[in-house]
Amino acid sequence: MNEHITLPEGSIEKHTTTLNVGPTHPATHGVFQNIMELDGERVVSTEQTVGYIHRAFEKLAERRNLYQITPITDRLNYCSSPINNMGWHLTCEKLLGVKTPKRVDYLRIIIMELARISDHLICNSIVGVDTGAYTGFLYVMQYRELIYEIYEEVCGSRLTTNIGRIGGFERNFTNTAFKKLEKFLKEYPKVLKEFENLFTRNRIFMDRTIATGAISAERALNYGFTGPNLRAAGVDYDVRVHSPYSSYEDFTFDIPVGKTGDNYDRFLVRNQEMWQSLHIIEQAYRKVQDFRGAEADVFHANVPEYYLPKKEDVYTKMEALIWHFKIIMGEVDMPKGEVYHSVEGGNGELGFYLISDGGRTPFRLHFRRPSFIYYQAYPELIKGGMLSDAIVTMSSLNLIAGELDA
Amino acid sequence: MSLTNEQIQQALITKFGEAVFNFEETYGMLCFEAAKENNLKVLQYLQDDPELSFNFLTDLCAVNYPDNKGKELAVVYHLHNLRKNVRIRFKIFTSIDQPDVFTASKMFSAADWMERETFDFYGVNFVGHHNLKRILNVDEMDYFPLRKEYPLEDQTRIDKDDAMFGRG
Repeated sequence: MNEHITLPEGSIEKHTTTLNVGPTHPATHGVFQNIMELDGERVVSTEQTVGYIHRAFEKLAERRNLYQITPITDRLNYCSSPINNMGWHLTCEKLLGVKTPKRVDYLRIIIMELARISDHLICNSIVGVDTGAYTGFLYVMQYRELIYEIYEEVCGSRLTTNIGRIGGFERNFTNTAFKKLEKFLKEYPKVLKEFENLFTRNRIFMDRTIATGAISAERALNYGFTGPNLRAAGVDYDVRVHSPYSSYEDFTFDIPVGKTGDNYDRFLVRNQEMWQSLHIIEQAYRKVQDFRGAEADVFHANVPEYYLPKKEDVYTKMEALIWHFKIIMGEVDMPKGEVYHSVEGGNGELGFYLISDGGRTPFRLHFRRPSFIYYQAYPELIKGGMLSDAIVTMSSLNLIAGELDA
Repeated sequence: MSLTNEQIQQALITKFGEAVFNFEETYGMLCFEAAKENNLKVLQYLQDDPELSFNFLTDLCAVNYPDNKGKELAVVYHLHNLRKNVRIRFKIFTSIDQPDVFTASKMFSAADWMERETFDFYGVNFVGHHNLKRILNVDEMDYFPLRKEYPLEDQTRIDKDDAMFGRG
């Protein structure tokens, strides 16, 4: 081919092609840029560029009161915002020494597990889309809608939820919320089964995902993998079990693990986790129903310094008015201390490292963002593979640009 | 077999003596400091010792204490022993004028980007890092925005043209 082209004197013939994928490419599902070196269709190397939607959350947090930081956490992993919100509340509660009632813990678990299901559902159905199966994605979206309706009933919003407060929830779950939850619990297992039937033993899907994007357990640990990606490689590390928060120790569930750490195993682990989440929600719902008397209406802990009083009380009671004023004007000093708290997010261990110097805003807040940490492994995962597999690998890692760039 | 904070502290003191100090337990997590020259020695020992085996780097970040003269920057490592499920926090301090710290990216692949992020926001110079450049901010930036010397915008400022911000 090159006989017709005269190369300038002294130039070296380049055998690879440089391809710029992203930052706004429909296949990358988010703002990700990769400059890939390709040999034919095989990936020789790649360099990721991140930071396109960096919003300086850590700096912003240094001037906000604790309750004002919750909306920031929404925008980390926006596929499962409630987990981020709860993680933040739990961090604050750990710093402040707030003990939450059991009913609050169980309600939180219901919401967190719903969020986990919606997160995994998106990730797995997108893996399906990238391997050429659009049906699954469109089909399951209406069931994610059911989850979003439950959020809406509890907190009023759907995607960036800002759900809950320090100490509990802003209002009790309504009967409609429980009705919607029952509907979800009744309908979803059938759908999940169908979704699995569509993919799990599908020849095309298996051929596309098995042995692509694989990582060994040892490398995964060294790369700081957590969550389903680590479990797919065979390490049974789950924050919910290792450092239980929000009364996860009261529940029985399994930690699904994979073996090879490839795209197929990640898919299977996420699917299994959805079943486990369903199982946890059922248990939690039963426990919530078992509360009797005054306990059955508890939805927040007694922390007047941080929990906004009811509006009716603010207008009629002195005490409530004072607390309302103090909270809104940010006149409550935090105790001094350093605390690290982590929760099992949709895609891994989401950690909050909060340093308070006794002021009204955090002195320093650092988010341990799982996808920022495991995205480093991407070049290693796709090296030598096909370009089309690289796209599947990216989806199957469950990368969320909002979390990556913070 | 479990590993308690006292055992970890004892093992560290036996190995390093005076070189590790300021042990404290905050919210159940053991926290200690070492001189910045010794960070790799301590990390390596924590990783290699069969009893301790802290081989998972959970988090790495920096903190700026502007009033702490000569030790303005802290680099904080959160380590996790997954087998025995113990977490520890390890800190080193460095001056802001000469923020050179040895890189841990040779030991933990995870540290690569975490150190780049720390460099990006605090200007900690990780000596030996293979690709220490900005990661989240633009390459042309010439300051380290998370340092305390850069305050956030004054919320009460009125010199902005509202029309430019979709208001008014």
